[in-house]
Amino acid sequence: MLALIYILIAVLIASTFWQLTNVFNLKKEIATEEDNDQQGKLMFAFMIFFYALMIFCFWKYSAVLLPEAASVEGEQYDTLYNVTMILILFVQAIMQVLIFYFSYKYRGVKGRKAVFYADSHKLEMIWTITPTVVLAGLIIYGLSVWIDITDTSDLENPLIVEVYAKQFSWEARYAGDDNALGRGNVRYIKGINTMGVDMTDLNSLDDIPVRELHLPKGRPVIFKLRSQDVLHSAYMPHFRAQMNCVPGMVTQMAFTPSMTTEEMRLNEKIVAKVANINNIRAEKGEDPYQFDYLLLCNKICGASHYNMQMKIIVQEEADFNKWLATKETMAEVVKK
Amino acid sequence: MSDHHKETFVTKYIFSQDHKMISKQYLITGIIMGVIGVFMSMLFRLQIAWPERSFSLIEAFLGQHQDGGVMTPDIYLALVTIHGTIMVFFVLTAGLSGTFSNMLIPLQIGARDMASGFLNMVSYWLFFLSSVIMVISLFVEAGPASSGWTIYPPLSALPQAIPGSGAGMTLWLVSMAIFIASSLLGALNYIVTVLNLRTVGMKMTRLPLSIWAFFVTAIIGVVSFPVLLSAALLLIFDRSFGTSFFLSDIFIDGSVLHYQGGSPVLFEHLFWFLGHPEVYIVILPAMGIVSEVMAVNSRKPIFGYRAMIGSIIAIAFLSTIVWGHHMFITGMNPFLGSVFTFTTLLIAIPSAVKAFNWVTTLWKGNLQMNPAMLYSIGFVSTFVTGGVTGLVMGDSALDINIHDTYFIVAHFHLVMGVSAIFGMFAGVYHWFPKMYGRLMNKTLGYWHFWITIITAYGVFFPMHFVGLAGLPRRYYMNTAFPYFDDLQDINVVMTIFALIGGSAQLIFLGNFFWSIYKGKKSGPNPWKATTLEWTTPVEATHGNWPGELPVVHRWAYDYSKPGSDVDFIPQTTPLAEGEEPS
Repeated sequence: MLALIYILIAVLIASTFWQLTNVFNLKKEIATEEDNDQQGKLMFAFMIFFYALMIFCFWKYSAVLLPEAASVEGEQYDTLYNVTMILILFVQAIMQVLIFYFSYKYRGVKGRKAVFYADSHKLEMIWTITPTVVLAGLIIYGLSVWIDITDTSDLENPLIVEVYAKQFSWEARYAGDDNALGRGNVRYIKGINTMGVDMTDLNSLDDIPVRELHLPKGRPVIFKLRSQDVLHSAYMPHFRAQMNCVPGMVTQMAFTPSMTTEEMRLNEKIVAKVANINNIRAEKGEDPYQFDYLLLCNKICGASHYNMQMKIIVQEEADFNKWLATKETMAEVVKK
Repeated sequence: MSDHHKETFVTKYIFSQDHKMISKQYLITGIIMGVIGVFMSMLFRLQIAWPERSFSLIEAFLGQHQDGGVMTPDIYLALVTIHGTIMVFFVLTAGLSGTFSNMLIPLQIGARDMASGFLNMVSYWLFFLSSVIMVISLFVEAGPASSGWTIYPPLSALPQAIPGSGAGMTLWLVSMAIFIASSLLGALNYIVTVLNLRTVGMKMTRLPLSIWAFFVTAIIGVVSFPVLLSAALLLIFDRSFGTSFFLSDIFIDGSVLHYQGGSPVLFEHLFWFLGHPEVYIVILPAMGIVSEVMAVNSRKPIFGYRAMIGSIIAIAFLSTIVWGHHMFITGMNPFLGSVFTFTTLLIAIPSAVKAFNWVTTLWKGNLQMNPAMLYSIGFVSTFVTGGVTGLVMGDSALDINIHDTYFIVAHFHLVMGVSAIFGMFAGVYHWFPKMYGRLMNKTLGYWHFWITIITAYGVFFPMHFVGLAGLPRRYYMNTAFPYFDDLQDINVVMTIFALIGGSAQLIFLGNFFWSIYKGKKSGPNPWKATTLEWTTPVEATHGNWPGELPVVHRWAYDYSKPGSDVDFIPQTTPLAEGEEPS
C-alpha cells in the first residue's frame, strides 16, 4: 500500500514537469544565442565548482586515507602509487580545464563560423606517442614492483602461515617447528579439527591452530590461503596485501611486516585518525576504539560478509616466539 | 518494401519489423528497467549512509525482506546484484546499443531497414522476455540473485551459502541466457546491415563515427557474449545436475559436498572474457553518439576522423585480451598477471587519443548549447575523470590494495556508468525528433543536465577516498569495523547526492513522455546536420525514404567548410566544382 503511495508521488512529480513543459513550450526548443551564452557561462561556473569539489575532497578527506605501509613490500607499493597518482592528477587537472574552458570560450555566437580543422597528423602523433612513452615507463616500473611482491623464492627464512576462510570467520595455522604445513582438505573436517588438517601427514602434528593472527616484525611471512565454502578474499590493507581464498586450491601471498602494532599506534596519522574516530564514537555514546591491524573479507561471501574479521597483531620477533610457544599444536588439540 | 501492406495495430506497435519502432521499444523497455535499477541504488544508499535506521521507503518496497523499515543483509546484497545486472545489461547494453544501433544504422547508411527485420523483431522480444523474467525474479520467496552481478560460484551455485542462489539465481541465469540470444541476433543483424546495405557512395570511410562505433560494438558482442552463455550453461549444470565445472572441496552446513576437481577461477576467466569486452560494448556506442552530437553542435568536423576509427578498432581489439586484469589476486599465476597489466595499460593510448580529439573538436568551434551537447561535454569530463584512475586498477601491483574496494566502484561508475548514461541522454535529446517528430523541452533538459552532473560527481568523486581508506565494496554496513567510523560522514554526503540525482531523473521522465505527445513539432533537420537520417520526412514511414534511396557524395563532417555559404553541407550534396573532398 505504502509502495503505491510512493509510486503515486513519483508520478505526480514527473507530471509536474509534464505540466511545466506546457509553460515553457512557448519558447524555441533549439538553443538560441542567449542559451549558448548562458550555458557556456554555466560551463565555466561548473569548472570552478568541480575544482572546488576536488580540492575540498583532498583537503577534507585525506585524513581518512590509509597510513604509510606497515610492510617492506608495502613501501614499494606506496612509491609506485604516489608516482601514478601524481601523473593521474596532472592529466586530470589539465584535461578538465580544457574541456570546460573551451566549452565556455567557444560558446556559439550568431554569424561566427567555426574553424574548419579536421585533421593534423602532427597533433595525432604527439598525443599517441606521448602517452605511449609515459605508459611504457609506468608498465616497466609497475611490473618490476609486481614481480618483487609476488616472487617469494628469494625470501630468507620465511614464516609459513595458513589463513583459512569460511562463512563468516577466519582461522589460521602456523607451520610449527618443521616450518611445513600438513595437508588439508575439507574431507578431514571433524569435531575440533575445523580446518580439515590431515592428521596422517606427519607435517601436521606440530602445526599450531589459532584464532588471532600474530606476526613477527622483520621476518618474511608466506601466507597459504584456503577456503572451505565460497570465495573469500584475505585483505590486509595496512600491509598492502590481498589474495583470494578459493575452495579447491591453495593460493599464496607474502610480505614482511615492518611496524609493530605498538609502533603503528604511535604513527602520527593513526593517532589523528583514532582521535577523530573516538570523538565520533563518544558522540554516539560508544566505547573508545584502539587501533589494530585488520584482516577483512573482501570478496562477497554471504549475509555477514560485512563482519568477517580477524585481529592481526605484529610483535617483535622475540615476543612473537614467546606467544607462539604458549599455543597448543594440532597433535595436542586433536588428542583431547 | 513492406509499406504496401496495411499495418494493423499489432504489426505496427507490437510485433513490428520496422527498425524505428523496434528502436523505440528498446528505449522504452530500457527506461523502465533503468527506473528500477536506479531506484534500487537509492534504497541501498539509504542503508549505507544510515545503517539499520528505519525508513518507510524501505518498508514500503521491500516487503518480507525488511524488518520495521530496516533491510536485511541478504536483500542488500540482492539489491546491489540486481542493480548491477540491470544497469550493465538491460539499460546500458540493450537500452543504449539496442536503441541507437536500430534507429541509426539503417537511417545513417541509407538503407530501408535492417538486413533481417524478422530477426530484429525476434531480438527485441527475446530482450523483452528476459527483462520480464529478471523482474519476476525479484518476487521469488527467497529473494533474487544476490551473489554480485559477477555471480562467482560457489556463492552463486549454493543456496545453502546465500538464499538468493536458489530460485532467484535460476531465473537470473535463464534471463541472461535469453538476453544473450537476443543480443547475438541484434549484433549479427547490425554487422550484416552495415557491411551490405550501405547506399551508393557510402564508403566505409564516409560512415559517421556513430555507425563505426555500433558496428565494432556488434563485433565485440558476437565474439564475447557466447562465452558468457557457455559459462551460464556450465553453472546451470553445476547447480542442477551435479557436475563439478566450477566447484571443488566444499564443506557447508556441516557436511562435505560431492563436488571435486572444478575451479571457480575457470568461471572467472569465462565470465570476464565477456565481462571486460562488455564495458566497451557499453561505452563504444556512447562514444559514437558523443562524436556525432559534438561535431553537429560544434559546427565543426570531428577532429581526427581516421584516428577516431583507428582508436575504436584498437580499443575493440585490446578489449578482448585484457580480461585477466579483473583477476590479479584470484590465485592466477603472477606471470599471467604481468601480461594482462601490459595489455590493459595499452588501452590508455587509444582512449587518450579519443579524449584529445574531442577536446580539439571543441576548440574554435561555434558551440550550440543544446541539451545533447551539454551531455556530450559531460561525457568527456566523466570519461576522463573515471578513465585516469584506470591506471591504478590496471597496474597489477597497485590493484592488490584497491581491488574490490570503493575505489573501483567510483572508477567504473564514472568511466562506464555515468559516461555511458550521459551518452545515452545525449542520444535521446539529439535524435528524439527523429523518433517522435517532436523536440524535447530545452529548459527542462538544461535543469536535468546540471543537476545530474553535479550529483554524479557529488556521489562518485568522494567515493574514491572511501575506497582508498580501505573500505571493501558490498558491505551491508561498515560499523562492524570501528576503524571505518570516520567514513560515515562521507557516506551520508554521497547518499544525499544520490537521492537528489536519482529523483532528478523524474524531470527527464516527465519531459520525455510529455514531449512524445505534446512537444514542439520538429522540422526535418532541426540541428542542421549533414548525415542521411535528416533527409527523411518527419513523418517517417516503413522504408524510410519515400522515393529513391539517397546517394552519398561526401563524408559526414562537412561543417563550416571554407568556400561554402552555409555551415553544413549534407552528405547527399555533390562536390561543387573545384571542391576538394575533405
